[in-house]
Parts: sequence; C-alpha cells; structure tokens
Amino acid sequence: MLAYYVGLGLRSLRRNVALTALMIAAIGVGIGASMTTLTVFRAMSGNPIPQKSHQLFAPQIDNWGPNKPGEQSEDQLEDQLSYIDAMALMRAHAARRQSALYLTHLFLRPPDQQQKPLKVMVRAAYADFFPMFDVPFKYGGAWTAADDESRAAVVVVTRDMNDRLFGGINSIGKTIHLDNEMYRVVGVLDDWQPIPHFYDLHVVPFGESDEIFLPFNRAIDKHMAGIGQTSCMSEVQAGWEARLRSDCVWLQFWAELPTAADVQKYRGYLYNYAAEQRRVGRFNWPPHTQLRDVMQWLRYRHVVPSEVNILLLVSFGFLFVCLLNAMGLMLAKIMGRAGDIGVRRALGASRGAIFAQCLVETGVVGFTGGVFGLALTGLGLLSARSLLPKDFVALTHLDAADVAIAVLLGIAATVAAGLYPTWRAAHVLPAWQLKAQ
Amino acid sequence: MGIHPILSAMRRNKFGAILIAAQMAVTLAFLANALTLIEHRLAWSARPTGVDEANVFVMSTESTDHVGDPAARQATDLAALRSLGGVVDVYPTNDFPMQGGGWAETVELVANQQTPAALTAYYFGDERALHTLGLTLVAGRNFSADEIVVRTDSNVPQASGFLVTKALAQRLFPAGDALGRSIFVENTAAPSPIIGIIDRLQGPYTGATGITSTFAENSVLAPYRPIGESSRYMVRAQPGQLASVMKSAEAKLFDLDGNRILRSRSMAEIRLQAYRGNRGLVVLLVAVCTALLIVTAFGVIGLTSYWVAQRRQQIGIRRALGATRRAIVKHFQTENFLIAAAGALGGIACAIGLNLWMVRSFEMVRMDNSRAIGGALLMLILGQLAVLWPALRAASIPPALATRGG
Repeated sequence: MLAYYVGLGLRSLRRNVALTALMIAAIGVGIGASMTTLTVFRAMSGNPIPQKSHQLFAPQIDNWGPNKPGEQSEDQLEDQLSYIDAMALMRAHAARRQSALYLTHLFLRPPDQQQKPLKVMVRAAYADFFPMFDVPFKYGGAWTAADDESRAAVVVVTRDMNDRLFGGINSIGKTIHLDNEMYRVVGVLDDWQPIPHFYDLHVVPFGESDEIFLPFNRAIDKHMAGIGQTSCMSEVQAGWEARLRSDCVWLQFWAELPTAADVQKYRGYLYNYAAEQRRVGRFNWPPHTQLRDVMQWLRYRHVVPSEVNILLLVSFGFLFVCLLNAMGLMLAKIMGRAGDIGVRRALGASRGAIFAQCLVETGVVGFTGGVFGLALTGLGLLSARSLLPKDFVALTHLDAADVAIAVLLGIAATVAAGLYPTWRAAHVLPAWQLKAQ
Repeated sequence: MGIHPILSAMRRNKFGAILIAAQMAVTLAFLANALTLIEHRLAWSARPTGVDEANVFVMSTESTDHVGDPAARQATDLAALRSLGGVVDVYPTNDFPMQGGGWAETVELVANQQTPAALTAYYFGDERALHTLGLTLVAGRNFSADEIVVRTDSNVPQASGFLVTKALAQRLFPAGDALGRSIFVENTAAPSPIIGIIDRLQGPYTGATGITSTFAENSVLAPYRPIGESSRYMVRAQPGQLASVMKSAEAKLFDLDGNRILRSRSMAEIRLQAYRGNRGLVVLLVAVCTALLIVTAFGVIGLTSYWVAQRRQQIGIRRALGATRRAIVKHFQTENFLIAAAGALGGIACAIGLNLWMVRSFEMVRMDNSRAIGGALLMLILGQLAVLWPALRAASIPPALATRGG
C-alpha cells in the first residue's frame, strides 16, 4: 500500500507543477538557510573531546578579591591563573594528570637553509598535556616528566609542521632551531585540531593555533613571553621575574579527574588552597574557587558568538515562515483535490487510508524539499566560507549528521505543516463532494 | 461595497487567512530586528578612526637573530624611512586603530581609586605621532621632542603628560575642563597631566559588542618610544603614493637588515580585514531578509490563487449580478489589506517582543520602534503587490460561468 501511495504522491506532484514547485522551493530555501547556520552553530558548540569532556576540568581561583577594577565577569572570577597559583596547583599534584599551559611566539629557522625563518605558535605545557587530552601521535610520543624537571630542550611538532619542515618523514631525533636554540624532536602529532580550541580560548577559538609544543618549565626559564591575554589587577613592576611573582593572570590550567570522588576531592583541595592563602595573608577575602568541565567551560566562556545565535534564530524564523507558507499551499493543493478524495471515500476508503495517503504525499514533498535544501546548504556554506573570517572556515564542513538532519528536518517539518490540511482532507464528506461533481 | 461580505467570505477561509497573517507577522518580526542589526553593524564598521586612512600604513618588523641593540636598530630604520621619497612622517607605536585587540588601561582621577573613572586604549607615540596619523588637536599642545622617553619591558618611566581623545576627556571631566588636569593611567600612584586633547583617535578594538565596544573612542597617547625585539612603524605617505611608498619602504628596510620578518599593511587593508566578519553577517542577513520577503509574497500569491479557484462560481455570479471587474479586484485587495493589517499589528508586537528577548539573551542592539512600523508598511505594500496578479485573474472570470454547473 505504501508503494502505491508513494506512486500516487509522485503522480500528484506532477499534476500541479507550479504549486508543487513553489512548495518544494519554499521548504528547500527554508531548510537551506537554517541548515547553513545550524552547521556552523553545531561546529561551534560541539564537544571538542567527547570521550573525556566530563573528566577534564579548568580550576579557577579568585586571587584579586572583591575590589577588582573594571568590568567583572558574572561570577567575579578570572578565567586564567597567575603563575603563583598555577605552580602551587602543579606542585600539589592533586589530580591524576594536570598541566599549566600558555602560548608563545618563537622564531623557527627551518633545517633547509633556503627557507626564510618563520614565526611559529608554540604551546608551553607539561608532559601530562598529551595523555590528558588523548593527543594522537604519528611518530614518537610525549616528552617525560623527567624532561619537565630538567627543562629539556625537546619539542613535539604537529603533523603539518613536520610536513613543512621535514617533508613528512619520521623526524624523531632531528633538531630544529627555535629562537637560536637547538631542540630535539621527540614526537610528531597525528591530525589533531579540537574545535572549539577548548583548552585555550584566548587565541583563536576556532582556528589553528599550536604548531609546536615544548616543556613549560623551559619556556619560563627562557623568558618566552605569552601571547594570549594577560590581565593584571594592579600595576606590576617591569621584568620577567616581577611578572612571575605578580598576581597577573595569563596561564591556562587543566586537570584530569576521572571519577566524581576525584572531582569532589579536587574542589575541596582548591577551597583549602584559597583558605590557606588567606591564612598566610596573601588573600584577605573568603575563598572563592570554581571547577568546570569542558562543556561547562565552553558555555561559561560564551564560545558561540552572539552573532551566530542571532543568525541561527533568524534562519529558523525563516524556516518557520517557509513552513507556514508550505502549509497554506498544501491546503490549497489537497483541498483542490477534494473531488478525488470524495470519490475514493465513496468507493470505500477509510478516513485512515485518506490520511495515510495525504501524509505520504506531503512526505514526498518534504523529502524533495529536504534534498533541495541540502543542495542549497552546500551552496550556503560555500558562500559563508568566502564571507566569514578565516578562523571560521573549519566550521563550514557538512558532515553525515548534518545531511541526515537536513533531510529529516525537511520531512518532519513538511509533514507537521501538512497535518492540518491532511486532517481536513480526511474529513471530506464523500456524498457532498460527489453531489458537487 | 462594504467590508461585511469580505469578512464573511474570510470567515469561511479562516485557516488560510490566519496562515497569511501569521506568516506576515513572523516575517515582520525578523525583518525589523534584522534591519536593526544590519544598520548597527554598517554604522559600526564605517566609523572613522580619526586617522588619515587613505595614506597611512603600518610596518611590523622583528629581527630574527636578536643580535645588536634594538634601540639602535629602530633608530636606523626610522631614519631610513624618513629619508625615503614620498614619506610624510613616521613614528614607532605599540598598537594602532582597527588592530582587533590591544593595550587597555583603567583611568583613575585619584590615587588607588577602587572603581576606575574610565577604560581606555593606551597608545605610545612621539612628537611626530599626530602629524603621521593626521590627527587634529582641539586643545592644548603636542608632545615636544624632549618629553619622549624610551620604554622597554623592564624600564617603564613616568609619563610627563598625556594626550587624550575628546571622548575620554568628556567622560572624565564632563565640565569640559580636562586640559591640565592630572589622571592616573597605568601608574596608580603617580598621575600625569593632560597636555592636549585630540579630536578623534579610535582604540584598537573592533568588536561591535562586548566590553571594548563601550570605550571605543577613548584613547590615551603616552610619550613613549617602545623598544623591544619587534617594532611597529606607522608611516604616512604623500597623497596617492601609498602603494609605491610601501614597496620602497619594505625594500629599504630589507636592505638595512635582511634578517627580519617584515609585514606591511595599509589602513584600508586593515579596515577590510577588521570588519570582514561584520560584513559577512550583514550579507547573510540581507540574503535571509530578501528570501523572507520573496517567500511571503509567494505565499500570498499561492493562497489567494487557491481562493480565486475555489470561488470561481461565486465570482461569476457576482459578475453576472453586475459587479464590475474593478469591484472584484477591489474585493481581493481589501481582503488582503485586512489580513495584512492584522498580520502587521501582530508583527509589530512580535518584533518588539523578539527584540526585548534578544537584547536580554544575546548581545543584540535595541530596536527603534520606527523600524517595526516601517516594516509594517512594507508588509501592507508587499501584500497588495502580491495579491494583484491573482486578483486580476479573478476579475477575468466570465459572468457566464455562473450559469454553468452548480
């Protein structure tokens, strides 16, 4: 029966081409617009590390007290840590794994002397960074905790960087020059680009950033300046040592806490740490600390820009208008065939059968509209790619889920819009229609 | 002909009328808000920086070998650039307008003030800064050459005085007596006097929303020559010679020292890049709005055509009873007007409600209610235009139809 209804549906599509085309166009355009923004939105608000996002936490400590200058965040906490606090957390080793991190900019002299020196983005981190974030390696692996301690001159490079510098060969053991110092390559990453770039949202949340990784302690020893955001509560004496002693916040910090009990314990530890700082006279306010996992962190940091929210809203408003439109047209189309329906009813078709037939017919329209909308989404993303800033390009890829969403959205929305016209059709009185004929 | 028969005809087609009205209301709600946003972003990206943008470019240079004295390197660069033909003036800076981000400071009026009096962009410049950027001094005086001091990461001397923008001066001293008053910037213990007021110099931030957008016109120019591993030079070229001067300036600096990474960008280029996201948003919104209007118009055409088809006989009867073609057209026009008016009224309410909600939930700008009213008029016109074709088709139904069938 279903095949018969689909056949009837297809035939009726051909019967009133203008109306059908208008309906499919309306649904298609609506789906195209909303899917284009939804794709971008999904990529922006997606989970960058789904397998572990509930075990990774960013601690926050109020080291400025209630009398902060300027604009205050909603919970009066800074989103980065000072060197003093980050080092205290590292020393305490209260989590299974932990790492303070920051981004710096260094000169790289390529091994091929013909190439010009280039400026690269370098992430200073601890050895725990790699296992903590499940970072995949193509060659070699992370440096060791001993390398952290000894401030070893070792680096991990991304796959792209390895392709650029060494033509993609296994470069373990080779050396590179960073700011005129020699570093030994111990690991080459496989493709790895979490979107959003959750562990440091200060640089470019959706673009590429880290190209090379090196031990945090070495970066500090070599006075490698951070290039993210640095915020200071009060004036700080000039110089690197003064910066390290200051309450300026400029470091990111992540901890891996596998179980709820670990999280509870770590919360307690943070609170006690702040209380201890108060006891020794560094803070003169009650302890104020926070611990957020990855998704909480992304929401807290408003990683999806308000423009994207607005666009999403506008395009779904547009889809809604398109559906109202399709509903009207569908009503016109189905009621235009009240005569046929009357005949079928008179020949013994039940209301349910009429309802099913009309539903299949709207489903066919919805499917066609959804497929058409998908094509428009592709076009929309292509144009979005040329319109949006470079950092957003990674967000404009259509994945299988997006395709499924578009087609299902098309069918579901059209069928929903077709419910009322279908219901009306099912209530056509056979006798009245036959008489009118 | 009165409105009564139209209303009773509509009552038989309640659902269709409601659909059209709802469609118009929703269209209007989004249209009015999108227009508000478009207007705001266009105005935002067109704001003048105060700089002579057509003739100014920025050069960023950084030595790759870190040998030698950075101050001497910079002095050599500056002297070379100044001697170049077509160069009006040059000065080294930390940040520049439309950079996207940069140094922000709090300004206090008394020592260790808890809540700052203002937030401001913090620029460094020497006595040539005003001339290089083409800024206008509205009060006070420029820095003199002997006031300019070298500033490094480890050596931050006290500024002898500041130049501030008019916007900041007004914010700090609403009475208009900013000149000569002392303010605390960066150093919360020792103030420096305001020695001059600049008509306009925009901060380096470009975000249309967020905290930095609230002090976009506040800038302090401090008498520092920044020295470090990297330098940034603002260069002003003779009118019309920007491209050639940019090229010869790059060649000159590479001649002096090939071991450097050099990047130059014109202010025009910087503006284009700075507001690229804004422009993208505007284009997308315009596209969606246009599509909204088209879809709504086709919705009206489609449903009205259906009604015409449905009422062919009634129309025929009316024609047979003596109604003119004009009267038939007028019937559908009045009907559409009533529906559109209902939709527009509902739409104005929806537009205002949507705006209030968006202002609260996202960083949306407040809508001027005239936008909603303008949008309502647009809906009425759109409805009339869309209904014209089906109405004319209805008017062409021959009266003879009434005698057939039924």
